[in-house]
Amino acid sequence: MSGGGPIAGGVSTTDGLIETGRPTKPASLWRDTGASILRQRSAVVGLILLVALVLMAVFAPLIATHDPNESLLGQPGEQRRTGPCIHLLGCPEDQAQHLFGTDGNARDVFSRVVYGARTSLTVGLGAVAFAIIIGTAIGAIAGFVTGWADNGLMRLMDVVLAFPSLLLAIAIVTAAGRSLFNALVAIAIVSIPVYARIARSAVLSTREQDFVTASRALGESSIGILTRRILPNSFTPLVVQGTLDIGTAVLGIAALAFIGVTGDLSNPEWGSMIGLEKDQLFNAPHIILAPGIAITITVLAFNLLGDGLRDALDPRLNR
Amino acid sequence: MTRFILRRLALTIPVLFGILFLVFALARVVPGDPCRAVLGERATDAVCDAFAKRNGLDQPIPVQFAIYLGQVASGDLGNSLKLSRPVGQMLIDRLPTTVELTLLAMFFAVIVGIPLGLWSAVRHNSKADVGTMVFANLGVSIPVFVLGLMLAYLFGVVLKDTPFSLPPSGRLSSGVRVESLVQVWHLKGLTGPLKGLLDFLSGIYIPTAIITGQWNAAVDAFRHLLLPALALSTIPMAIIARITRSSLLDVLGRDYVRTARAKGLKERSVVLRHGARNALLPVVTIVGLQLGALLSGAVLTETVFNLAGVGRTLYEAITGRDYVVIQGFTLTIAIIYVIVNLLVDLSYGILDPRVRQQ
Repeated sequence: MSGGGPIAGGVSTTDGLIETGRPTKPASLWRDTGASILRQRSAVVGLILLVALVLMAVFAPLIATHDPNESLLGQPGEQRRTGPCIHLLGCPEDQAQHLFGTDGNARDVFSRVVYGARTSLTVGLGAVAFAIIIGTAIGAIAGFVTGWADNGLMRLMDVVLAFPSLLLAIAIVTAAGRSLFNALVAIAIVSIPVYARIARSAVLSTREQDFVTASRALGESSIGILTRRILPNSFTPLVVQGTLDIGTAVLGIAALAFIGVTGDLSNPEWGSMIGLEKDQLFNAPHIILAPGIAITITVLAFNLLGDGLRDALDPRLNR
Repeated sequence: MTRFILRRLALTIPVLFGILFLVFALARVVPGDPCRAVLGERATDAVCDAFAKRNGLDQPIPVQFAIYLGQVASGDLGNSLKLSRPVGQMLIDRLPTTVELTLLAMFFAVIVGIPLGLWSAVRHNSKADVGTMVFANLGVSIPVFVLGLMLAYLFGVVLKDTPFSLPPSGRLSSGVRVESLVQVWHLKGLTGPLKGLLDFLSGIYIPTAIITGQWNAAVDAFRHLLLPALALSTIPMAIIARITRSSLLDVLGRDYVRTARAKGLKERSVVLRHGARNALLPVVTIVGLQLGALLSGAVLTETVFNLAGVGRTLYEAITGRDYVVIQGFTLTIAIIYVIVNLLVDLSYGILDPRVRQQ
């Protein structure tokens, strides 16, 4: 984002100059934000968790002990739904070693959890990116054009918000066909209204500012004003909301997979791992616990980071 | 105030119309042939033509929409294609479960969340505050279905045969039943909407059992609902605690709070009468919004705890392409949602005079 924009850049400069008092490099929004995030313990925890998850996803083939999709049934010492077995901790040597045990198809739960990070992170990020792009476009148009287009678009957003998001997502996935990609789109669609509202209000509050009037006086086109002057200044709240929403999106995808509307998955997905084994809760709770903890940690990481980002980027909270 | 209410009511009309349209459209785009979904894959074309004719499916879509609007306006939600039962009757059977579940969950969330948030704000940056916020962060991060399954395992298996064991599924133990209000009050001859209303209320077991003095049934129903409601309550509880905390922190920094302290008021009075009363305004909004969000969570909770509520019925209807049920149930939920939001806006107008004048 070139030239951060007068609003965001201007405000965050002050604390760099006044509080530290030493001659600093010219303040930039992102350097200030980074420093501010690192000052918050919870945001740092979130960041560390997230880095660990990303590393786990990227290096999944090195970390996983087994092929996540291979049924080990028939191999020596392998059984369905065995509990965690670690030889170092006294598990009998004739039983195969599995950190988190095996599932109903005698697949290694640990390896499936590790590979599941790939699915959850990409789908969560994808859903939010999709929602931000479409939502911002809708909100920006509504706020910039105003009049009947504004009214129509925002009432449409109200209608989407009038449904419980998970039910609407289930309906969309069923209508579009059961697949993980359609689940991603469904989760994205139900989160569009939030971004549309944020973008619209940001556009409305920026469009009458002097620097926008100046651009208009200089003869810049409407589209140029919208994309080069107004939208960059609406960026902060969208990014904050987006980070917080990745956690929600991960939860949403997991819920859809848990219910079983994502269809057959070729890659391990945490929610569907739980959904497939939920009836075995009383015999083999570890199969549910392991992916459950993985989902919780992922969502927690994004929530902590999102909170930190909000505190860092929202000048009103700099107290 | 009247103008504020009227204006707010007028705003809901286009939304309601949009909901009707979206519900109708969504039910049509669910792929697959409803005839073969209902009558089986081997139904012949002739049978399916008759089926389409009987259910009005041979009409053009706009005509179907007009017929649908007319039916809804007269309170007729149609008959389930699969079960051949009136959708209205199914709602009377299934909606109370979800209503009871969500209300109990919200009750837990409010009575724990608000005090936790206030406490945490008063002890700002203390260990208690940090602990509460860690709990709140975990609460919004753990999926409802995982928490539900874990609670079911803990109280249904690990603590089995101890006084703390709780039933992990269903609404009542076998052999226990809640006599309906119609039965208890000897109103056998009653028909029409009034009977429907009484049946609906009877489906909300705990209050019904308490009112009519069926104590064993009340306790049994409560024990069954405890785990699902707890699982469902964590997210709103955590959100309410966070909002209450940040809102009170904000208010406690205001000038009028300083004035109250300067007057020599007791800290307790400053926090509760001057602080909390103003701080709880945003909490009202959140409670309303979360009440709607709980309906999403209810789908999952009902699946985990085997409760025949609205969420599960709707899920089964969507997967079974029973579009009459889909329409009726989504419409009902969306309308409840809109009404809750309306009530939140109105209560906000009552609590905060500034809102009315905007």
